[in-house]
Amino acid sequence: MIPNQTTLPKKTGKAKFFTTLTMLLIIIITSAIITDVDFWQLLTNLGQAGYILEQMSHPDWSYVSVVLSPLVETIRMAILGTAFGAILAFPFSLYVARNMESNKAFSSVLRFILNIIRTIPELLLAAVFVAVFGIGPFAGIIALAIFSFGMVTKLFFESIETIDEGPIEALKSSGANRLEIMRFGVIPQVISYYWNYVLFAFEINIRASTVLGYIGAGGIGIFLQRALSQVRYDRVAVIILIIFVVVLAIDYVSNKVREKLL
Amino acid sequence: MTLPKPPKGNRAKTIMTLLVVLVIFVWAFAGISFNGIKATAWQTVQSIVEGFTHPDWGYVWTGEGEDLISLLVETLAIAILGTIMSSLLSIPFGFWSARSKGQRKIVSSSGKFVSSAIRTFPDIILALLFIKMVGPGSFAGILALGVGAIGMLAKFYSESIEAMDHGPSESVVAAGGNKAKVLFFATLPQLVPEFLSYTLYRFEIAVRYATILGLVGAGGIGTPLIFALNSRSWDRVGIILLGIIVMVTVIDIISGKLRQKLV
Repeated sequence: MIPNQTTLPKKTGKAKFFTTLTMLLIIIITSAIITDVDFWQLLTNLGQAGYILEQMSHPDWSYVSVVLSPLVETIRMAILGTAFGAILAFPFSLYVARNMESNKAFSSVLRFILNIIRTIPELLLAAVFVAVFGIGPFAGIIALAIFSFGMVTKLFFESIETIDEGPIEALKSSGANRLEIMRFGVIPQVISYYWNYVLFAFEINIRASTVLGYIGAGGIGIFLQRALSQVRYDRVAVIILIIFVVVLAIDYVSNKVREKLL
Repeated sequence: MTLPKPPKGNRAKTIMTLLVVLVIFVWAFAGISFNGIKATAWQTVQSIVEGFTHPDWGYVWTGEGEDLISLLVETLAIAILGTIMSSLLSIPFGFWSARSKGQRKIVSSSGKFVSSAIRTFPDIILALLFIKMVGPGSFAGILALGVGAIGMLAKFYSESIEAMDHGPSESVVAAGGNKAKVLFFATLPQLVPEFLSYTLYRFEIAVRYATILGLVGAGGIGTPLIFALNSRSWDRVGIILLGIIVMVTVIDIISGKLRQKLV
């Protein structure tokens, strides 16, 4: 008979749990000191929050007609940004995917650059491009294009890396050249993923493009900035509501299209 | 011998898709005014290249608290506190929108609606509203991240609650455990690793967001960036972007390793 059979198995990890908890607490407290967190301030400002919400609950509906055309511009910017990024991403992904026969050294350099691009948020890109190209939608479109390029390429080349090699071998053995292998062996397997990622990027770009105008990169964001600086919360409410409706509508349409495609 | 014809329906569908995409593209293109490009763009590009190749290394650390490292630490602190705040707030939202036995459907669908409504808002808009409430600074950024992330985290949390295995909780009940015992010995051990993993994932996103909050005045590294951009000090912009790239990459690697350990 094994001794102490009736004792329960020893509990493990209690010490580990407490060290983790202590470390977490230290991190939280340090962060709170660095950032001057002041919940008291939040409580004392609840009146201000109430005032803003009160103002926002009476939207200035006449403002809708003013923001409609910048809203359309926002949608156009998102479309163009996504399209340019996506068009560039297609050949690029085919090149950098590890299972495609491209120059290994060169494609890893490209992947490295791609990773760097993806770390920069689009609003930062937009801020840089506004400084370069001046205020207007062009800066926003370039920023969105670069962001979509980074995102679509990453997702797409990862799908290309998981494809079935069978068709490629079959094509190779029947003497197809590289272009024919791409056309008949690779693309048919991944094209639906591509459209899916493009739609995904488009959804994100719609959200992002609504605020690009705030830093001067075109679209409805400039009106948001104007309304906020004039303390016209009734107009802010209209803009936020419109953005909400557009994002919901685009998400809905894009989901429908996705169902059709896949 | 003839080869089989390629399927026709497929080709028509492809052409139609491309045509629709093209029409949308042309519509979008026609409406944008491209007259906004500055004549000095090329000169600017040259000075950007000049600045980026000679970053302002002196800005990395000055010891006065207004340098790159201090502000990156502040950005990180904003992301940490925002993420922790949102993970705590998301737990009730997650349970609210998770479907469970013996509960009306209206409860979970209303919860799902609320969290997807929050998800629709760009975080920057929340930041702008919080700046109006608590004044510009890091705290507004923390609140924006804390509230903005609820939409995403609550969705993830509720999905893992729905996918939970009920075996352990039934065993605890069978062994005579009360509700608190079920929570501590069956529910939490299953959910905590998944929740932590999602929270870490959201933290990676929050770090990226925290770098842009400063553009609208909500603290962190974005504030000196927008100043440097406005004053065209490209060497300063270069070093800040470099700092952001390094920080985001390092955080992604650390958080990815931690997530692998968890699941």
